[in-house]
Amino acid sequence: MRTTVVVIGAGHAGLAMSRCLTERSIDHVVLERGEVANTWKTERWDSLRLLTPNWQSRLPGYRYEGDDPDGYRTMPDTIDFLERYAQVISAPVRTRTAVTSLRRAGDGYEIVTNRGTWSCEAVVIATGACNIPNVPAVAAAVPSGIDMVTPRDYRNPGQLDEGGVLVVGAAASGLQIAEEIQRSGRPVTLAVGEHVRVPRVYRGRDIKWWMDVTGVLDERYDEVDNVLRVRNLPSLQLVGSDDHRDLDLNRLTDSGVRLVGRLAGIQSAKAQFSGSLANLCAMSDLKMNRLLDRIDAWVSERSLERAFDPPQRFESTRVEASPPLSLDLGSVRTIVWATGYRPDYSWLDLPVLDRKGRIRHDGGVVTDAPGVYVLGLPFLRRRKSTLIDGAGDDARELSDHLAAHLDRATSHPGLAARAA
Amino acid sequence: MTTMTTPVDNGVNVAALLEAREALTAMPEAAQFAWRATCEWVHGTHSRSTVEGFFGLGEEQKHKRVFTFDADHPEVFASEDNGATPVELVLAGLAGCLTAGIASVAQNREIQLNSVKATLEGAMDLHGILGIDPEVRNGFSGIKVTYDIDADATPDEIRAIVAQSQKRSAVYDIITNPTNVTVEVR
Repeated sequence: MRTTVVVIGAGHAGLAMSRCLTERSIDHVVLERGEVANTWKTERWDSLRLLTPNWQSRLPGYRYEGDDPDGYRTMPDTIDFLERYAQVISAPVRTRTAVTSLRRAGDGYEIVTNRGTWSCEAVVIATGACNIPNVPAVAAAVPSGIDMVTPRDYRNPGQLDEGGVLVVGAAASGLQIAEEIQRSGRPVTLAVGEHVRVPRVYRGRDIKWWMDVTGVLDERYDEVDNVLRVRNLPSLQLVGSDDHRDLDLNRLTDSGVRLVGRLAGIQSAKAQFSGSLANLCAMSDLKMNRLLDRIDAWVSERSLERAFDPPQRFESTRVEASPPLSLDLGSVRTIVWATGYRPDYSWLDLPVLDRKGRIRHDGGVVTDAPGVYVLGLPFLRRRKSTLIDGAGDDARELSDHLAAHLDRATSHPGLAARAA
Repeated sequence: MTTMTTPVDNGVNVAALLEAREALTAMPEAAQFAWRATCEWVHGTHSRSTVEGFFGLGEEQKHKRVFTFDADHPEVFASEDNGATPVELVLAGLAGCLTAGIASVAQNREIQLNSVKATLEGAMDLHGILGIDPEVRNGFSGIKVTYDIDADATPDEIRAIVAQSQKRSAVYDIITNPTNVTVEVR
């Protein structure tokens, strides 16, 4: 089978790219291993809601038009939203089509799937950043008899045995899961590494609204100080809920969760924690206050004080004077590894990965494979690149680049191959 | 507002450090370093450690000169007090590492430091090393570091520099996290 462009993945990013290609009348297909919004359908826990408000899901040719713009989508709502988007834009999605190989073929590419082989001139990899849960090497030292679960397999507290739970990781997933497990009556210890604290609502507006209007979410990858650092930042400590509540370490402490430092090792059935908890909490509080300062400055520069609630600063993160440095795993029935995800590129037969297995790219343009693009990775082109709301700008710009690549390849056959 | 400002100078060559980071990103093998010390027993609890060579950037390296450190126990331990106790050397190592980090981070953030003073205290229950109570560890039960910093910056900016220095500090990491130690006899 032949087409001009193959988009791999029918999540929000792949669909946004499909829409941009359609606007340019560029012939393409979207290959999807499962169904539209597959990850949301099959790999997320029951209570999860999007961290962004409903209005903040502006996609090319599509936006929220319901009566709850400030609410947060449940998983069924998210799936529904993306399925409708695929219909509205008539995306040429081939479902149940799993890519097993992508390789160079002449001036273009060849994509092998379980439903035949495609030849094309350009490829957009939109398979997402969250395919394989990261589990640290120290998991090998966990005594047998302790169950281990990742956010991909976790559904609700009811699936866990009664007894103590160690949650490792303090980004959005770790905090949300720790909170609901503690509430189920299983005592939770939370191992806290580097984390990013923000209030859900500030001066009467959602923090994501502030990050949008003040330009934080639009900061570009080629303008930040250290792009590697920002690409590795954990997700904001947030939860989407009807009451727009905060989700931070103080709230977890109040609910009975015990905070410990980063998991540093496991020896003789004891988990060892780093003594750095106080510093990581102090760093996170300072960083939150810098964001709030920036918001306040934005408001006062525009003399908009009266349009918003007055400024506010939040209680510092409370840390015990001497947090425990170890935990006897005899008291633990389950460990939840909320230690992030990484993409799965096992099917990618192109020499484009760096030594850490990441695709080398310049704002989504895969430098070592002309005509190959990647979408939906952290800070790909902007801070908002992994948000549904960020897919549009990235897809538009990369489709510009892609169209120019196709023009060059057509007017100078062979040039693209020589450039490679 | 335009004012004449002198360039920030904390004596740290940040441009060289940033260049090194770039170079070592591209050549990960050059980033493999090994730090060394030798130590010779003098007499009683007195020993003398020496550092001179280390390995890095793919080859053997040398300090400009040999540095020696005397270690001993104080007279209250019935020793001769010919040097700092080893645990005080650990405090000195932590202070040296954090303070170097503060100077570098401040330079990178273009913040002029006027003075930086650290006071360190490591609490220890001797029931550990004396074997009186097996529940008490040998090492510090905790370390408290207090910085007095005069800099051309807000209190929160100074706190952020100190926090970032901890985040990037080797000795802070060595002390706050477990490390496998192998001791062999030839």
